[in-house]
Amino acid sequence: MIYAEGIRKRYGPAEALRGVDLEVPAGTVCGLLGPNGAGKTTMVRVLTTLLRPDGGTARVAGCDVVRDADRLRYRIGLAGQHAAVDELLTGHRNLVLFGRLYHLPRRTARLRADELLERFGLADVADRPVKTYSGGMRRRLDLAASLIVSPPVLFLDEPTTVLDPRSRLALWDMLRELVSEGTTLLLTTQYLDEADHLADQIVVIDSGRVAASGPSSELKARIGGDRVSVVFREAADLAEGVQVIRAVLQGDPEHRLGDEPDDRLEIDRAEHRLTLPAEHGAASLIKIAAALDGAGIAVEDLGLRRPTLDEVFLQLTTRPDAPEGGGPDRHEAGGPTGRAEGMTAA
Amino acid sequence: MTVLDTRTPAAPPAAPPSTTAGRLRWVLLDALTIAGRTFARLRAQPGEIVGFLVFPVIMTVLFGYVFGSAIRLPGGGDYRNYLMPGIFMQVMALSAVASATAVAEDMALGIIDRFRAQPIARSAVLAGRSVADLSMHLLTLASMAVCGVLIAGWRPHGTPLEALAGFGLLALFGYAMIWVGTYIGLFVKNGAQADAATFGWLFPMTFLANAFVPLEGLPGWLRPIADWNPMSAVVSAARLLFGNPGSAAASWPLRHPVIATLCWSLLILAVFVPLAVRRYRTATSR
Repeated sequence: MIYAEGIRKRYGPAEALRGVDLEVPAGTVCGLLGPNGAGKTTMVRVLTTLLRPDGGTARVAGCDVVRDADRLRYRIGLAGQHAAVDELLTGHRNLVLFGRLYHLPRRTARLRADELLERFGLADVADRPVKTYSGGMRRRLDLAASLIVSPPVLFLDEPTTVLDPRSRLALWDMLRELVSEGTTLLLTTQYLDEADHLADQIVVIDSGRVAASGPSSELKARIGGDRVSVVFREAADLAEGVQVIRAVLQGDPEHRLGDEPDDRLEIDRAEHRLTLPAEHGAASLIKIAAALDGAGIAVEDLGLRRPTLDEVFLQLTTRPDAPEGGGPDRHEAGGPTGRAEGMTAA
Repeated sequence: MTVLDTRTPAAPPAAPPSTTAGRLRWVLLDALTIAGRTFARLRAQPGEIVGFLVFPVIMTVLFGYVFGSAIRLPGGGDYRNYLMPGIFMQVMALSAVASATAVAEDMALGIIDRFRAQPIARSAVLAGRSVADLSMHLLTLASMAVCGVLIAGWRPHGTPLEALAGFGLLALFGYAMIWVGTYIGLFVKNGAQADAATFGWLFPMTFLANAFVPLEGLPGWLRPIADWNPMSAVVSAARLLFGNPGSAAASWPLRHPVIATLCWSLLILAVFVPLAVRRYRTATSR
């Protein structure tokens, strides 16, 4: 449904996209994952005809993004990073306006607006100006506006960035419902868990290149899945804890990690923190907790956590044979920090 | 949440029309829809028109009664009748500010992105906006004319046809300025920047003209600038057609103000319409 090959785009001296390939089968969800400035927004803009690529070809719903742009525009919906709706007009008037611009007859546009407002739980506020809406309501109206012609392909650029957790979950539900009805969805996100929850296929993009792509389960396996993080009370406990945990790993054939088990243990001496892959999720956590408890080692904090976007990039972008360089604190930088150099877009 | 079938209704034409007539109809329809949006916005905040009026009314009082009390026209005549065509021109020149601000805000909100991702005729968005903006400013101009009659005792002294031609020229100049504003609005990041990038130079420029003071007293080096300022031609043309007092004209554009105004306006349109449309095709929000 979406097919792109070797897409390039530069803004002045900065190369935003350096040959991106993408293929999204009909009725599936592709999560474009990457830090700020990785080129996600630029890619969406190329696929939605807002930007003309400098190189490469792309087709969406069978239409070429350059040669067949007008036909393509009838087949896509786009919701960008901002809620692109008119603040002064009512929700209903907004949807009628956008419907009319798809050349729907006036009556059809009105009916369609009513229907979408109903569907997105905005019927009560349909006749209020959008400036009185909450952030979540605006987002839903924005999504409704992108669905006016029931497009087979929907593009969402960081759809949940400004939402509170509850609105985010509600939006995820709506998106799942759309996909179950057959919509093909491409969404960009900075959050691994968002891509994980929604996407069948994740494409990790960094510095304008595809760093990795695949079904989310496969990618997660490559990233190493969940991790156990242990924070010890004292530096001495850390040293002792490392030995105990190493013993646990070696005692379990499932956890046999080859000749250099240290590779999988990340040790942060300043924070007294030890992080390691939890191959069996909660079971690994319980085993480690029991071992530490048995050895009588004081633990300040112990938990199972998702790899941060930073860790994902480290895992995916460092070659497997290269030594894992950098100090331990490099692994501890929480949250998505932009690693991309000299990028524009976003 | 009720589950409605989103797939069935609303089947739009799947492709843009292929004939020239069909495409033309398409452009027109889209432009009308876009213009309708501007009017709907105006209905949502009718105070806007009053807001547009406050500034010229202040200028009328300030110049008509405060500064004007110290200004003697070289050729004689009533200063307040001399002033009003200048005020009208200023209203039309500053119409660029409102257009720039509105376009910049649409860009910042991503509304322009949404329009561009929809199958809308490329030229329709800006064309529709410009026509709607013009009608808004003509409404302001008409209200300002009434204000001029009421507070400054202004009267057009020529024939009704001449007066109509005067307003027509003002409208044409205003329309050209709307395109200047639109072009600038497509470059800046938000409404505040748009305001600064237009009002900042347009407002002083309205004073570097014969709108408020006769040009005779200007220093020699400044005189040619004011003489050739398109705004001076517009004011002179309006004074001529309204039969209001003017001052002796030394330069070609002020001796032939109607032709000069037509030329200036068409030149501005010829430059800024293609520039703005081209910019619109590639502009994306940041």
